[in-house]
Amino acid sequence: MSFLNIQNLSKNYGTVPVLKNISLEIEEGGFLVLVGPSGCGKSTLLNTIAGLEAINEGTITISAKDVSQLHPSERDIAMVFQSYALYPNMTVAGNISFGMEMRGVPRDERDRSVKQVSDLLQIGHLLNRKPGQLSGGQRQRVAMGRALVRKPQVFLFDEPLSNLDAKLRVDMRTEIKRLHQRLKTTIVYVTHDQVEAMTLATKIAVLKDGVLQQFGSPAEIYNDPINMFVADFMGSPAMNLLKGKMSVTGGKTQLMLGQNEERCVSIDLKQTSAALKIYKDKDVIFGIRPEALTDFASASYNGASIVKVNCLIEVVEPAGSDTFAITKLGGKEVVARLRADANVQAGQYSDLAFNLDKAVFFDPTSQLRIA
Amino acid sequence: MSSSQSQQAVKMGFATRLLVYGILLIVAIFYLLPLYIMIVNSLKPLVEIQQGNMLSLPHEWTVAAWSSAWSTAQIGVEPTGLKPYFLNSLLMVVPAVFIATMLGALNGYVLTKWRFRGSEIIFAMMLLSCFIPFQIVIIPSARLLGLAGLSGTIAGLVAIHTVYGLGFTTLFFRNFYEAFPTELVRAAQMDGARFFQTFWRILLPNSGPIIVVTVIWQFTNIWNDFLFGASFSDADSQPMTVALNNLVNSSTGVKEYNVHFAGAILAALPTLLVYILSGRYFVRGLMAGSVKG
Repeated sequence: MSFLNIQNLSKNYGTVPVLKNISLEIEEGGFLVLVGPSGCGKSTLLNTIAGLEAINEGTITISAKDVSQLHPSERDIAMVFQSYALYPNMTVAGNISFGMEMRGVPRDERDRSVKQVSDLLQIGHLLNRKPGQLSGGQRQRVAMGRALVRKPQVFLFDEPLSNLDAKLRVDMRTEIKRLHQRLKTTIVYVTHDQVEAMTLATKIAVLKDGVLQQFGSPAEIYNDPINMFVADFMGSPAMNLLKGKMSVTGGKTQLMLGQNEERCVSIDLKQTSAALKIYKDKDVIFGIRPEALTDFASASYNGASIVKVNCLIEVVEPAGSDTFAITKLGGKEVVARLRADANVQAGQYSDLAFNLDKAVFFDPTSQLRIA
Repeated sequence: MSSSQSQQAVKMGFATRLLVYGILLIVAIFYLLPLYIMIVNSLKPLVEIQQGNMLSLPHEWTVAAWSSAWSTAQIGVEPTGLKPYFLNSLLMVVPAVFIATMLGALNGYVLTKWRFRGSEIIFAMMLLSCFIPFQIVIIPSARLLGLAGLSGTIAGLVAIHTVYGLGFTTLFFRNFYEAFPTELVRAAQMDGARFFQTFWRILLPNSGPIIVVTVIWQFTNIWNDFLFGASFSDADSQPMTVALNNLVNSSTGVKEYNVHFAGAILAALPTLLVYILSGRYFVRGLMAGSVKG
């Protein structure tokens, strides 16, 4: 039995639908990340779970209790807002204990809880300061403290790291993960950053235009994207998506990339599924992640389907840990991820290894996954 | 920024600066002259004024005119001085400012954070009340006050000033709360605070600058109001402005200019005081640190 369960949830603003028939569930102690481009409805979905926005259809249950119509404070949830939303007129201690004060918790118990949480987050020395006197990272901790102190059944995070600088963001990300491992409380987390989604989640829900695109574990989302949108959105640099044509000649299945004859590249597909064979002599979209398109030394040899293609390297971007090489296949730009010390140079031809085990195929019109 | 400003200041030649400050000084003197005349002459015996030296300092310094204006001068028929009317004004201004400010804050809160169907229309109508000349509403207001049994009382004046202040106070607070982070209200909701708790504990404590602006605006307007004071008060509920008019216009005997000057300064003193005391809160950024920064 799932812990947080969203069934057929729909929400409209007037006549404009913003969430369309969304069903999700997460087990107790899970970490659900809602991810998608801005305007996809992920924050709205979080707000409906919080009870800050009413829903038009569907149900939300937490621990087998229907909370769809309850006031936010009665849902046994706590939320960390993107802007932290600390009360500027109260001290850190006042901010953390405000919720307990509203619920009539006696003072000594409040003080005890504040101390406990501030020890956990190492903000004990800040308790008498006002939010205006804190740095971004400290405010973030206080905002988390305010949520933690309630010991809720579900934590909601609304893009909590987007206001921090890059280094602090990575630190806080680790800290949130550590906190989750320690407290084992169910978390729903909204972000537009797919790296955050991949690193934190036990389950990811990818949304676009108010429609749930795919719901699954990070590995499923990354390796088996259900459509081109998910494939393109998750992963950085993004998956290479190339238009190609399938052809079967003498039992050999080939993929021709590019329409222009002289720049055509053909790739032998060693294993082809039945689903792909239906597309004989038709266009498909061939998707391959940069790390599956690499130099021979880094190509994994236990992967059986390595195909060699000689490519003209146009740009080389050394990133320290890796080197990204940009080439063109069938007239379209493609990013390959090579070893840091890979011997490639701009303007020269190099052999690149395609790991076809990791390749995916999509239908060009429906954009859905074929194989 | 500051360095480029100081560089500009250096570039401005001595002659230019002399010219600029010279003009500023002349203008300042021109505007301060009436105040100077009022203060200087209020501290003279009447004989010195009658000799015709309005601009000179007193030969004989005296506060007799001030004490006369405050407690013994003839106002209408009673020789009471301005003291009782000063009290009337206070009894009128303080509740009227307080009620209008609180209601304005509450209106602003509802109009921005608890929007409902038609809230924009209601706001537009309240805004319209800012542009209605008071002269138009005098007769209907008098009728309403009469029906309510408040005509000729200080409570009636409080009521009328509250009602006509609401348009502006609502406008001020509505615009201030429009920019107030909604996430704070939502956080309070999540914390279990209800409508009024959120208002008292979150909105109001963070409204310092706009409260100051509203209080200064309302205080000045109501204290200085003559029209409503003259129209809706009885002899024993007249505000300061009406009493001052009666003091200056009491036409028996000689015109005691020194007393008139002292009375006029007394009448203007409270608004000055409000500016001086609360002006510094204007600049304080009370919202600092609530959200990202």
